[in-house]
Amino acid sequence: MKRRSVIIYSEDVLRYRFGEEHPFNPLRLRMTWDLMNELGLVTEDHIRVPRPASEEELALVHSPAYIEAVKRAGSGQAPPSPPGGGEPTWEAFGLGTEDTPIFPDMHEASALIAGGTLLAAQLVMEGEAEHAFNLAGGLHHAHRHMASGFCVYNDIGVAIAWLRREYNVRVAYIDTDAHHGDGVQWLFYEDPNVLTISFHETGKYLYPGTGDIHERGDGPGYGYAVNFPLEPFTEDDSWIEMLHQALPTLIKGFEPDIIISQNGCDGHHWDPLTHLSATTRLYREIPRLVHQLAHEVCGGRWVAVGGGGYDIWRVVPRAWTMLWAELSHQSIPDEIPTAWLARWQPLAPDPLPVFFIDPPGTFPAIPRRQEIENRNRITLRRSLMGTPFFT
Amino acid sequence: MLVEQIMTRDVVTVNPHTPLIEALQLSRARRIRHFPVMQGQELVGIVSDRDMRDICPSILDPNWESAVRSLHIRDCMKRDVITVHPWDFIEDAAAEMFRQRVSCLPVVQDGKLVGILTERDILHTLIDMMGVLAPSSRIEVELPNRPGGLADVADILRARKVNACSVLVFPGDTPQTRRLVLRVQTMDPRHIIDDITAAGYRVIGPLRTGGRAG
Ligand SMILES: [Zn+2]
Ligand SMILES: [Zn+2]
Repeated sequence: MKRRSVIIYSEDVLRYRFGEEHPFNPLRLRMTWDLMNELGLVTEDHIRVPRPASEEELALVHSPAYIEAVKRAGSGQAPPSPPGGGEPTWEAFGLGTEDTPIFPDMHEASALIAGGTLLAAQLVMEGEAEHAFNLAGGLHHAHRHMASGFCVYNDIGVAIAWLRREYNVRVAYIDTDAHHGDGVQWLFYEDPNVLTISFHETGKYLYPGTGDIHERGDGPGYGYAVNFPLEPFTEDDSWIEMLHQALPTLIKGFEPDIIISQNGCDGHHWDPLTHLSATTRLYREIPRLVHQLAHEVCGGRWVAVGGGGYDIWRVVPRAWTMLWAELSHQSIPDEIPTAWLARWQPLAPDPLPVFFIDPPGTFPAIPRRQEIENRNRITLRRSLMGTPFFT
Repeated sequence: MLVEQIMTRDVVTVNPHTPLIEALQLSRARRIRHFPVMQGQELVGIVSDRDMRDICPSILDPNWESAVRSLHIRDCMKRDVITVHPWDFIEDAAAEMFRQRVSCLPVVQDGKLVGILTERDILHTLIDMMGVLAPSSRIEVELPNRPGGLADVADILRARKVNACSVLVFPGDTPQTRRLVLRVQTMDPRHIIDDITAAGYRVIGPLRTGGRAG
């Protein structure tokens, strides 16, 4: 089989936006796409244009009442009554909030992102592609009945539920966004055929607050949700050590038919919303490891999606360009092309980095490094001990 | 909140003449640590698994079996029972348990046993109060121990149209301060933190640098 990789993208995905002041800014996708193209990493036969997910597909994980609410919100209508009665409000559906403001055509824009991840899963299962990357995907916070944390439809959940229905395959989900992958975890909490693994900053301060090691799944799914809450200010080395200790054990033990990875890059030191201290070295390492495991365990079947990342200038374009290079078996130079820098630097509030990998010494030393690493090791051991794959 | 909102209604009881062995087995099978002791409709005592085990003869005793068989609940129950009413406040019941060093309180109304309140029920309520009831970010603020601080923070939340799903006030490090813990339903609490700081209050956490968070 040809080692073919595809990327799901069209300008239409940029319509998923909450306004100028909102931290979830689609400009980051345009900048990333531009960087990939500047490096010549995307050719015509890499590109697949997303199609919107149908309402029936969205309903695999979302309640009809919620879908109806999103449709009404996006078309300027009044809110429906929440299920179970009560005053009609947007808030009951997590809409019209500071985090998830209503915008025109929000149903269509959100369904397109879900459709993109569905398409990625479909192409991989049909053997049309070995690996597929939906750049705009990764909306892991959306719940069955409500929007949450900038996420309207849970594109990952829709794709996993579709994979379960169409192919009855075992799915491993790996989430390395700085926030807990709560939406996906709860959607498959009782399903032993979906292993959800999330690495994230502890919920001590950070949204959504869940993702404790004791959240392990329920009923037949007990043991098939795994959480690694990282101490605030965790740096690359500790994080990478945990990934290497945990992922091979879990993935080889579970033996999935396909891996879906969420690649939020908001654990970077510069990210304004979180308190982790990774550099771009981590975001080169994660896709490497996941890629290797996909080839080792599930015939290369790997769907990657984006996710969080709120330093849109200095972090997201580099992280996801490195992800695409890894996923498409291409190499990249050490330096960011000057033409790209020349185009974007005038718009950026901070000096743009000139290397893909943050050079050592870019960030101040973390005072409690040893203590943080020790605590993370304890978390790792306790979390792994509760899984069915621990030997 | 009232005791009746968190108490266990389905109470398993014994009577003074229940053989010890039977009660021990019941305790193990149903994982119950405390039995109210009833004489008909009347509460006459309380017995814990600990009380029962304490009077068991040593297993090394050659007459162990017959010795155990001769024992009954009346031999180990406590007759002096502290009870609460279903309409008592939970905090009062908890204080009573703490002061009297007991780990459960039978709930009695009009002379009838209507429930039981255990340490576990109290802990569970506390976990619910302090826990993550909705996806939210946590902010911890030091407030001066005088009127107005809580109102200022509430005004900031209202102005930012952000809902708080839990609010707790703890004693501060000094008598002059209080520690306010908020869980706010937003992924981006930066504006709220800035507003609280601008209003002159110290945000203890989250911190933006790698120091020790409060
Ligand atoms: Zn490959
Ligand atoms: Zn995130």
